[in-house]
Amino acid sequence: MRFFEFEAREVVKRAGIPVTDYGFTTDPTEARQIAERIGGPTVIKSQVLTGGRMKAGGVKFADTPEQAEEYAREILALEISGHMPRGVLVDPKAEVAQEYYAGVVWDGIRKQPVMIFSPVGGIDIEQVAEEQPDKVGRRHFSNILPLSDFQAKEVIASTGVTGSALNKLVPIVTRLAKLFVDNDMTLAEINPLGQLEDGSFVALDAHMDIENEARGRHKKLLKDLGVGDEETRQAREATPFELAGEEVDATDHRGVAGNVTEFDGNLGLVIGAGGGSLTLFDAVRAHGGKPANYCEIGGNPSVAKACGLAKLVLQKPGVDKIAVMMSIVSNTRVDIVARGVIKACLELNMDPAEKIAIFRIPGAWEEEGFKILEKYGVEYADRSVSLNEAARRAVEKIQGVAA
Amino acid sequence: MSILIDADTTFIVQGITGREAVNLTRECLDYGAGAKVVGGVTPGRLGRDVHGVPVFDTVAQAVAHHGAPIYGSVVTVPPAFTKDAVFEAIENAVKLIVIVTERIPRRDVAQMVELATLRGARIIGPNCLGIIVPDVIKMGGIGGPARNAAQAYTPGPIGVISRSGGMTTEMSSTLSAAGLGQSTAVSIGGDAIIGSSYAELMPLFEADEQTQGIVIYTEPGGRMEAELARWVTENKSRLPIVAFMAGRFMDEMPGMSFGHAGTIVEGKEDTATEKIARLAQAGITVAERIEDIPGLIQSKISERSPA
Amino acid sequence: MRADGTFIAVEVDDQAAADSALAVKLSDACPVDIFAQTESGGVSIVEKNLDECVLCGLCLAAAPEGAVTIIKLYDNDAILAKA
Repeated sequence: MRFFEFEAREVVKRAGIPVTDYGFTTDPTEARQIAERIGGPTVIKSQVLTGGRMKAGGVKFADTPEQAEEYAREILALEISGHMPRGVLVDPKAEVAQEYYAGVVWDGIRKQPVMIFSPVGGIDIEQVAEEQPDKVGRRHFSNILPLSDFQAKEVIASTGVTGSALNKLVPIVTRLAKLFVDNDMTLAEINPLGQLEDGSFVALDAHMDIENEARGRHKKLLKDLGVGDEETRQAREATPFELAGEEVDATDHRGVAGNVTEFDGNLGLVIGAGGGSLTLFDAVRAHGGKPANYCEIGGNPSVAKACGLAKLVLQKPGVDKIAVMMSIVSNTRVDIVARGVIKACLELNMDPAEKIAIFRIPGAWEEEGFKILEKYGVEYADRSVSLNEAARRAVEKIQGVAA
Repeated sequence: MSILIDADTTFIVQGITGREAVNLTRECLDYGAGAKVVGGVTPGRLGRDVHGVPVFDTVAQAVAHHGAPIYGSVVTVPPAFTKDAVFEAIENAVKLIVIVTERIPRRDVAQMVELATLRGARIIGPNCLGIIVPDVIKMGGIGGPARNAAQAYTPGPIGVISRSGGMTTEMSSTLSAAGLGQSTAVSIGGDAIIGSSYAELMPLFEADEQTQGIVIYTEPGGRMEAELARWVTENKSRLPIVAFMAGRFMDEMPGMSFGHAGTIVEGKEDTATEKIARLAQAGITVAERIEDIPGLIQSKISERSPA
Repeated sequence: MRADGTFIAVEVDDQAAADSALAVKLSDACPVDIFAQTESGGVSIVEKNLDECVLCGLCLAAAPEGAVTIIKLYDNDAILAKA
């Protein structure tokens, strides 16, 4: 989950890394007050979880508190790439001598975190790595041995930085690495890390991502920052349809029937499991089908849950038919899913034979499952019909409807 | 032959009294020659048994009871307790650890993997279904009940490595139906950081005489495929590889995660398109459809070893 | 006594239905809570859970021979055999 800049800066501050005397607000009048307190030119920055805010006019430089208020008002009303800002940051306009970069990310191949440092900051680090590779230092560090200053010293020195700058930077990079580990981050980046005229360093912007799986152990931090439990901060906000999917999945603790994502097609998908869903979604599209949704079934859900998911999809406006398909199941039971989806049709006064374009779930308890499908006249397929072929048949049927 | 496990492999199940673990134990005992499940561990449940397997409070007790080192462990405890359970197994000289548990934070996984490396142990998973050597042994829930597993998996020349547990079975079943059995199939897990990636399992398949070709299932997210491409090129692998890439639609939706936790695309190198290009450069054929896999791998094997 | 679900029906014979000890055994045995105890102590069927039946046969094992019958309505009313 991505943090807003004002949240990331707070995390940086708590870690003992110097930051500017900024303020966050959602109110233009308060923006003026913050600018008055700062006393001097300020930068007003839109707080959005999307790139390109500078180009979009989401960052403005104010000479006076009145101007700060005016710009804050404009920026608060400015939508950037479909996102309305959470608020604005009012930041003192720092006199920066040089911009540096410091970041920590995971290396999934080495399976260790890696510190990244560059004396060329303020721009995308990937670009620096491409154009001036000798100006980017990288150093992995252990997951189980204690973090120690020399590691940061090595990575900074490797880029040619020495003198008092090196000694001032070491604790900053070490603290950044520590906050990355302590907070279960997947990204912790200070860019730019500004060196002021007096030689001191200050974090001017920060980007951070905390791992979703670890949110549970950082409740206090998230509460302090005002991040709600319901905030997923995916690339787009969850739709009511997707939220309803989460509710279905929460019906009971047995298995999964959820992870619903909304699309705008006419073929409802009741699919699984993880890899099977990805494969099937691709296959439906490859055959020219238009999925109404993505979802996942797995871990042997209850009949009630499978039924709830199927009902949700069946009732989605624009859905003509559903396709019930999974890769060969060994834990989830064919008969349980069959009961769930047929029940869903019946409870909505729909004919399963007409509404279910195809049922392709082979595997555990398939004999019982196929008997159920047989009775209700639903077209089903065993493992001799590939995922791709099942998707093709579903698309063919629904195109028959549309024609 | 096979990789990682064989008929003589001994293992324990940590968290054996959980609902899914009870089933998994039954399945492993029933499959093939019958796995040597020499004990189970659930703290506070010493003295009970699960399908005849004795339950202990600690791994050390299980080892003492067995009277010899125990080779493997299937770990199926809740995410908050997994790291401790894996550390316990490693420090009791267990060499192969299959982690079934999902939703373990990366930091914990990385710590487990690093300790395992220091101690000469190997981790498979997390978020995986384990390992199967057709008709011989399975370690984990892979393939499900013995009867279902026997329906999908048959012995033969293909090594299978998959980021999806279910797709391991789907692909193996397709191979079996075409008369191509499997030497060993490994569900490596769907997370961003896992104990054993494709490239890390390749040397084992490379050294296994039974294996003549490799089939992999891949997804967007992470650099594991790029690493495999590099390994194959640098080591001039004798094994032809066919890959299947699911989740191509995700290229249009950066920042969204579908399927497994590891699928979130964080950079342009992580996309399906980019991965397919890299695999192809290394001579790895990327199949468009699962049903094309048997024919593709068969012809690649024939090319390399002309009759 | 017969309670119809869409897919599964469960019959308990009259004598067994009045047996409070059996009611406890059945409600313990069933993994999907199809059996419960009535206020008077007898066996009652939880209608909404009928279709969750996983055909495990644990209720058949817990009850005297023939006291409980599990009927697969989708399979020409086939009766689930005791394991």
